[in-house]
Amino acid sequence: MALLRHTTDDVVERQALTVNPAKTCQPIGAMYAALGIHRCLPHSHGSQGCCSYHRSTLSRHYKEPAMAATSSFTEGSSVFGGQANLLQGLNTIFSVYKPDVVAVHTTCLSETIGDDIPQIADAAVAKGFVPEGKRVIHCNTPSYVGSHTTGFANMTKAMVDYFSTSTTDEKIDGQVNIIPGWVEPADMSEIKRLVKLMGLDGITFPDTSGVLDAPLKSEYNMYPDGGTTIDQLESTGDSAGTIALGPICSGPAAEALKNKCQVPQETLPLPIGLRATDIFIQALRKYNGGEVPAEITAERGRLVDLVSDMSQYFYGKTVALWGDPDQLVSLTQFLVDLDMRPKYIVTGTPGKAFLRRIGEVLGDSVKEVIAKQGPQADMLYLHQLIKREKVDLLIGNTYGKYISRDEDIPLLRHGFPIIDRIGHQYFPTTGYRGAMRLCEKILDAFLDRQDRDSPEESFELTM
Amino acid sequence: MSTERINTPDLNTPSEPFVVEALTAEQIKEELTRQYPSKVKRKRDKQIVLNEKKKDESGSLTLPVINANTRTSPGIITQRGCTYAGCKGVIMGPTRDIINITHGPIGCGYYSWLTRRNQTKPPTEEHDNYIPYSFSTDMQDENIIFGGEKKLKAAIKEAYEMFHPKAIAVFATCPVGLIGDDVHQACREMKRELVDCNVFAFSCEGYKGVSQSAGHHIANNGVFQNMVGNQTKEPKGKFKINLLGEYNIGGDAFVLEEMFEKCGITLLSTFSGNSTVEQFEQAHWAELNCVMCHRSINYVADMIEKKYGAPWIKVNFIGAKATAKSLRKIAEFFNDPDLTERVENFITAEYPAVLKAQAEILPRTEGKRAMLFVGGSRAHSYQELFSEIGMKTIAAGYEFAHRDDYEGRKVLPDIKVDADSRNIEELTVERDEELYREPKTNADLESLKNRDFFENYKGMMADMGEKAMIIDDVSHHEAEKLIEMCQPDIFCAGIKEKYAVQKLGVPCKQLHSYDYGGPYAGFQGAIQFYSDIDRMVNSKVKDMIKAPWE
Repeated sequence: MALLRHTTDDVVERQALTVNPAKTCQPIGAMYAALGIHRCLPHSHGSQGCCSYHRSTLSRHYKEPAMAATSSFTEGSSVFGGQANLLQGLNTIFSVYKPDVVAVHTTCLSETIGDDIPQIADAAVAKGFVPEGKRVIHCNTPSYVGSHTTGFANMTKAMVDYFSTSTTDEKIDGQVNIIPGWVEPADMSEIKRLVKLMGLDGITFPDTSGVLDAPLKSEYNMYPDGGTTIDQLESTGDSAGTIALGPICSGPAAEALKNKCQVPQETLPLPIGLRATDIFIQALRKYNGGEVPAEITAERGRLVDLVSDMSQYFYGKTVALWGDPDQLVSLTQFLVDLDMRPKYIVTGTPGKAFLRRIGEVLGDSVKEVIAKQGPQADMLYLHQLIKREKVDLLIGNTYGKYISRDEDIPLLRHGFPIIDRIGHQYFPTTGYRGAMRLCEKILDAFLDRQDRDSPEESFELTM
Repeated sequence: MSTERINTPDLNTPSEPFVVEALTAEQIKEELTRQYPSKVKRKRDKQIVLNEKKKDESGSLTLPVINANTRTSPGIITQRGCTYAGCKGVIMGPTRDIINITHGPIGCGYYSWLTRRNQTKPPTEEHDNYIPYSFSTDMQDENIIFGGEKKLKAAIKEAYEMFHPKAIAVFATCPVGLIGDDVHQACREMKRELVDCNVFAFSCEGYKGVSQSAGHHIANNGVFQNMVGNQTKEPKGKFKINLLGEYNIGGDAFVLEEMFEKCGITLLSTFSGNSTVEQFEQAHWAELNCVMCHRSINYVADMIEKKYGAPWIKVNFIGAKATAKSLRKIAEFFNDPDLTERVENFITAEYPAVLKAQAEILPRTEGKRAMLFVGGSRAHSYQELFSEIGMKTIAAGYEFAHRDDYEGRKVLPDIKVDADSRNIEELTVERDEELYREPKTNADLESLKNRDFFENYKGMMADMGEKAMIIDDVSHHEAEKLIEMCQPDIFCAGIKEKYAVQKLGVPCKQLHSYDYGGPYAGFQGAIQFYSDIDRMVNSKVKDMIKAPWE
């Protein structure tokens, strides 16, 4: 029986109704970004349902604890403002949970009310609720603007607003800020590994590696070893440059850092796939004198070798993708490089720049592609397109499994959230190694399907 | 056929005092709240109690008073969710043929999309099933500034034109109340316009009340006003019941549906696991309401009794012994020899497998200790399952239950509704002169009434051991301390707690999602649960945690 039995191939224009969204709301992105600061407790200034939902989703994705506190608004605070709640909340948080930083984000509730977070944080300091040397930072994350990626960008920018300091006119040679964007902890590790191999001193922020992939040790450390430290965040103002990976998630912080501390910045695509990784490595060369170690060149060569070996299975295959703009642009580029054909691309995250970027990546083949952004660019729409004309592969988050089953199309899980598989955060999809993993997963999906569907006489031992 | 009653033995009665490695319960309690600011400590002290049972002069049991259903302390790291989650996520979500539209920004609809495992099974491909869908008005900033009613009405219309559902329900989220959108008026207008679609709304803004609980109440009111009673023709069948407060997590309701069918009991509706609009509309024809989750659905049970006459009883189909007891209770109500025989035959057929599983697992689980911190019902009901495999519950609590769930319904007259929950509407329900039917009043029932047969929920504390720790709205800090001090063999909670608990080397069983397993209801479910707990408390993982060089 079809799971999505009410979905037909009749694409009716909608103005008001979103069905099966390809996005979620801002605060979860801010919470994820804040977990990338060492010894930081995210705090959701709103009613507590948001905070529970966001923590639950992060835990379902990572199979890890995702800690955050909330102001727990009641009807009274919704009318009179949430100042008392946040003050009491900060007092309890610093008394009991002892973080170094509390990173406050807002919800549609406190945004509609118009609570002034910096003013409340100052009052908390004045009342002695914030111990010496501890920090409260904030960003505004109204859920009715943008998407979860916007929230991630806003909290990442807050790290610059609150911490980045320019102490000298001389920038530190070889110190580069890397803003990795919304990727898995393993991706952040992989990006750091590449920067280190290039001989550079990188400050990566936010950095959830070591936080949302913590070891099991019979003790629970609410603040695991990972996360960008306050010292590092402050030092970003003295770096020789900033490389922002992904304009949506990382661009605003890089721009803010340029304005605040005159750190030059370059906003690049997320380094998913060969060409985007090439661009990243080329950018790093500007800071290390141009050297690329043999190890990286060999990794790249292995990827090209793999692509060459797999080419016959990839050529001409059609793909439907959904997810977040920064990831979709790089994935689309990679698929094109693999001689595959991205056919439908949707993101719930609004912003027309996305369509321009997708157009640039697709070049001449853009005419055959349907790409859409915004509230009605949802998974119902995507499914309707697929019903009209099928594709060979789906790439996106867990919610795609319903379409995958109904239409019998293999699904490559990528992006956020992946809540029905375990272990994905340990394996990067960025860099040349990540690209190799993507290739392996795509080919596995195709060949598993071929093995399943082959008649007995053409069931192959060697493929 | 034999109607001899099968023995359902008590394997363990948790009665020993709660003492852990030289620390008394009092000392543990003190340690849990020591670090809080004084105002927070004072409040938490009333929400953490030791289960000291006393007999009063008349010889009846008295329990300690617990503070419950009060506001959450900001910043404390609560397990709790919101009113929207209680209304849309819990009660209304499981019904497959209503299109549930979340009126708000995208998050609320997104996070409640398929994340609770309330399964549903439409009989054929042609029957509606909207459960795999998430519908939202996806409010943007201009809707906050200029109001969202117009967009809501357009969204209802679009949903109707695309899907032609029997019913559309609208759920308000936090900003909706603040900007003053009148969701009820919008729904009334759309109901008139669409003619053959029942359209209604729930004012379940997340900030209402103090937890999911307010959302339950709002959902109960909405279902009762908009659906119950709409079917005027009496459905067929003997021994007609409703099962209230069963949400078919992991297929629990499927097990119970089959059980009722085998016993010859007609299940008119389940609130709301595997349910349909039609079931709600005919619910008032039941002769008896059986309440599983007291917290979420006792309002409907009371309202049906007042308006239509059918009484309700508390049942528990979690635990083999409890299942047998609850089935017999239903049979006792109908007092029909044929039904009694079928119930006894069913128990006789099913119970031997339960006893066999218990006997096999007991040596590996006996004496082990559990802690349960779950929602508003399961922290109590699952204690039965643990005791059936010889495990003791040493600490338990609810996220959002009220005092009656802890101390029993006898304290209802003493409960004061505080300012945070005062705005949750209490419906005034009157007898329906046409449809009201006097409950069965034979002589036996009179005696049942005298024996507390009806409307009696004794609460969790009465069943728990002396000085067991009872904690309402447990915080992360308290849970972590409690585990460190008491080292339980298993901790039961939800997804937010699971991985932190497991980092401490203690297995955490999710009793909301069942860790994607189940069912756990009925006899087959009990066997499944024993096996899952055996696997968890005896897993090899804990022997691997320490590296050989450490």
